[in-house]
Amino acid sequence: MPSPRHRLLSAAVCALLAGCTLLARAADLTVSAASSLSNAFRELAPAFEARHPGTRLLLNFAASDALLAQIAKGAPVDVFAAADQESMDRAEAQGLLARGSRRNFATNRLVLVTPAQGGLALTALAELRQPAVRRIALGKPEGVPAGRYARAALQAAQLWEALEPKAVYAQNVRQALDYVARGEVEAGLVYASDALAQQGKVQARFSVATATPIRYPAAITTVGAGSANAAVAGQFLAYLLSPAGQAVLARHGFLPP
Amino acid sequence: MNADAWIALALSLKVAGYATAINLLLGTAVGFALARWRFPGRELLDALLTLPMVLPPTVLGYYLLVLLGKRGWLGGWLHEQLGITLIFSWQGAVIAASVVAFPLVLKSARAAFENVDPQLERAARVLGLSEAAVFMRVSLPMAWRGILAGVLLAFARALGEFGATLMVAGSIPGQTQTLSIAVYEAVQAGQDASANTLVLITSLSCIAVLLSARWLAPQRSAA
Repeated sequence: MPSPRHRLLSAAVCALLAGCTLLARAADLTVSAASSLSNAFRELAPAFEARHPGTRLLLNFAASDALLAQIAKGAPVDVFAAADQESMDRAEAQGLLARGSRRNFATNRLVLVTPAQGGLALTALAELRQPAVRRIALGKPEGVPAGRYARAALQAAQLWEALEPKAVYAQNVRQALDYVARGEVEAGLVYASDALAQQGKVQARFSVATATPIRYPAAITTVGAGSANAAVAGQFLAYLLSPAGQAVLARHGFLPP
Repeated sequence: MNADAWIALALSLKVAGYATAINLLLGTAVGFALARWRFPGRELLDALLTLPMVLPPTVLGYYLLVLLGKRGWLGGWLHEQLGITLIFSWQGAVIAASVVAFPLVLKSARAAFENVDPQLERAARVLGLSEAAVFMRVSLPMAWRGILAGVLLAFARALGEFGATLMVAGSIPGQTQTLSIAVYEAVQAGQDASANTLVLITSLSCIAVLLSARWLAPQRSAA
């Protein structure tokens, strides 16, 4: 005869399992998006859900390469939105994308930011060599698109070798931004849209030219295309490019594709 | 890549070594104090010092970041008065690992000292030993085995520390990128070959720690 405590425990387990089943409804669209998109996509989600009653967006933010690694390992992701073409190219090469679904939906700029309070009034990349700049935050180039753009820009300016010892590598662009906002580093290289997200704490000093334009691609994954979500995933991509979607992106500092 | 992996291992051992040395001194001292002295708030202090064992590493990392950061009250003072910056330094990683592993030494030290028969300490005092001598010649030798067990656990915990370290020390190759952080980085970047090398090295070092723990610890049958 099970004790009352055991019964209570099994009831709790059943409730938990039922709860989990309810959480994963058929009309849940999982979107893996680059960290820099977090504020914009969080605002986009309710608007999209309002237009498509019964669907819910599950947003998963990380550095593009981390998202790619998750998808490659079989994560149940329907839509992938990356911060550079390179990570999307790799997804395509690994056969992770539904053919023909890839679209560019936004562009961005790389900026140099300093802490807003007491930050150095830097005007050019070469000034990063001065001793007053002890640490520079950037995304880890091996896994973060913003870090790749930053490294390429510093290499093009013949500054990479001199500045590499000062680099503090962040897991994603938002962590690099946070290091600057907390004043732990004297400068950071992030997107213009990131600088906008921490307005008041960081100051964008100047735009940094990038060799390749910063263009955000999005695509439906093969997992998404093969599921009941395929239609909704297509609608989400269309929404990103629609005037309503573009207006939200523009408000968060993104430029049209 | 292999060279990087060995650098990460050396850094992990350095950080865990310093953290363990700090905990050996502090954990033993505080464990002794909690076991022997009665004062109001003793159990509250014990609970507070045990917190790092139960708090999520991210919460600890955040506390440390706020405390030790350039704008934190301790970090700000260190930076202005002494020019010391702990964030993004291996010393910062040592602090994170020490805090996380501290309760393991504290708990075992307190329990070990509480198990020492107070009669023996009293007898030593009656025979004319000073308080320091009682501690060094009676209490500590009798509690040593329990403390050592805690210290070895703390070393293993410090070696594997990830969350708080990543938040406080970041991930600078050769400076703060410990083995566990290097594994995370490699997996995040989809570099499976590097990840394989790193997890193999990590697993082997942990086996080595466990084997040396058995070898170092006094044999139970000898007691």
